[in-house]
Amino acid sequence: MKADDCALKVKSLSLTFANGLKIFDRIDFSVDDGERVAIIGRNGAGKSTLLRASLGMFPQSKSEGEWLYGEPMQNISGRKRRQLLRQVGFVHQRHNLVPRATALTNVVHGAIVRYRPSIRVWNQALAPGYLREEAMDLLERVGLADRALNRASELSGGQSQRVAIARALMQRPRLVIADEPVASLDPVAGEEIMELFSRLVAQQDATLIFVSHDLSHAVRYADRILGVRDGRIDLDCSADAKSIDELASIYGDEDDD
Amino acid sequence: MTRPPARLHAFNPPGFAFAVVGLALIITAFNGIDFDLYTIIEGGPRLTRLLGQMWPLNFEALPRLLNSLWITFLMAICGTTLGIAVSLPLVLFAARNLTPHPYIRFVVRAFIALCRTVPDLIWALIFVIVVGLGPVAGALAIMMDSIGFLGKFFSEASEEQDPGPQEAVKAMGGSRLDVAMSVVLPSAMPAFTSDALFAMEKAVRASVILGLVGAGGIGIELKVAIDLFKYETAALIILLIFSLVVSVEQVSNRLRAKIIGGD
Repeated sequence: MKADDCALKVKSLSLTFANGLKIFDRIDFSVDDGERVAIIGRNGAGKSTLLRASLGMFPQSKSEGEWLYGEPMQNISGRKRRQLLRQVGFVHQRHNLVPRATALTNVVHGAIVRYRPSIRVWNQALAPGYLREEAMDLLERVGLADRALNRASELSGGQSQRVAIARALMQRPRLVIADEPVASLDPVAGEEIMELFSRLVAQQDATLIFVSHDLSHAVRYADRILGVRDGRIDLDCSADAKSIDELASIYGDEDDD
Repeated sequence: MTRPPARLHAFNPPGFAFAVVGLALIITAFNGIDFDLYTIIEGGPRLTRLLGQMWPLNFEALPRLLNSLWITFLMAICGTTLGIAVSLPLVLFAARNLTPHPYIRFVVRAFIALCRTVPDLIWALIFVIVVGLGPVAGALAIMMDSIGFLGKFFSEASEEQDPGPQEAVKAMGGSRLDVAMSVVLPSAMPAFTSDALFAMEKAVRASVILGLVGAGGIGIELKVAIDLFKYETAALIILLIFSLVVSVEQVSNRLRAKIIGGD
């Protein structure tokens, strides 16, 4: 497979921490454009670390190459790197919004690399009209149009995560990466937001990679599942190839159902 | 029942030596300045005489003094404003979470420390030579003092902000400036405002003294009144200064309570 066909491709990725702890040893994987991939594994298996390392977020990681849509991610300038990352929308486990900024401003921030000079996207009040409309439209799609001028600190956990999703989509990403996006929410809100999230990502024809410890989410919202265990990817199959019970016996947390 | 340990359970030679040296230093200090309780008691009547000479207050010069006081206040505002204007951009280099390189951070923090360690009176003397007598020299001296204070506190406020949102903007591809302006500045705004108000209070107190070296404001009036033994006028000036400092502190305390309590 040529690197250019892939949204993300990693060749022989190793990561060893300064204390000698070996996290990954020569991992290879790639994600096709338009795929929806779930990364599963027990607590501490290194799911999130794998995602971050493949985007070069650990200076100490080593690999024979990391490509984002065919562009190498290694040995590039900070500026080039920022340009590449612009194509990637992140949704973090904690929503990571600016608490004192309004929901609308937080969504407008998503255009921070797309729009120059970026001074106009530091705050919604300065933003050009079309960006405000776009941000408002996204807030409407996540069901929070009426909270546009509420500060992020005034929103509930679920509402904040919706704003974070809108912010990620505001980047018009080709690839959306979500690190346990609903882990901090109660199961009902989590289900609802996972459903909304995967629908919006599909509407934008973006590729989706998400880390989840909820195996039912992995089976339902992904086409393909990667299982991480003992520093390697030891499962790579289509989402309908295994039952939840089969997956749970290997990747479920002991204390989980 | 277990018995309590001996009162002096462990003799610690370095600690003991330290205490001895400390005590010796304190004794030397009082001897060195010829500190003598008798002189102080003897001075008591002179203090009552001085207080007597200060009464009744002399209001003759009040209009001129109010004008000087007003200038003193304006000088403090200008100095603090300039200090804020210089300190804010310095945060981009002095705060650990925003600086482009640790060496740059070191250099900028050294500059900020220099502004802080040189006393405002010295800055005033320097600026009186540079720009001449008057309130501009005073405002510049206050600016340097404020940079020393605000540069440090703004940077610390910036470093205290939650790294999560900053990393989120970085991950989107935001630059250092984007992180500073879209995340750190709005998040740290209450802390910045509170620090700026403190600097303002400090500047008002300082601006009173700066007049003594010719850097404008009411300080020079106080010096002249005392040098000419016009204690009735001096007392009025002291009261005016006192009311200015106290009012500024009151207003600033209330604003600060509102800002910090508001979120």
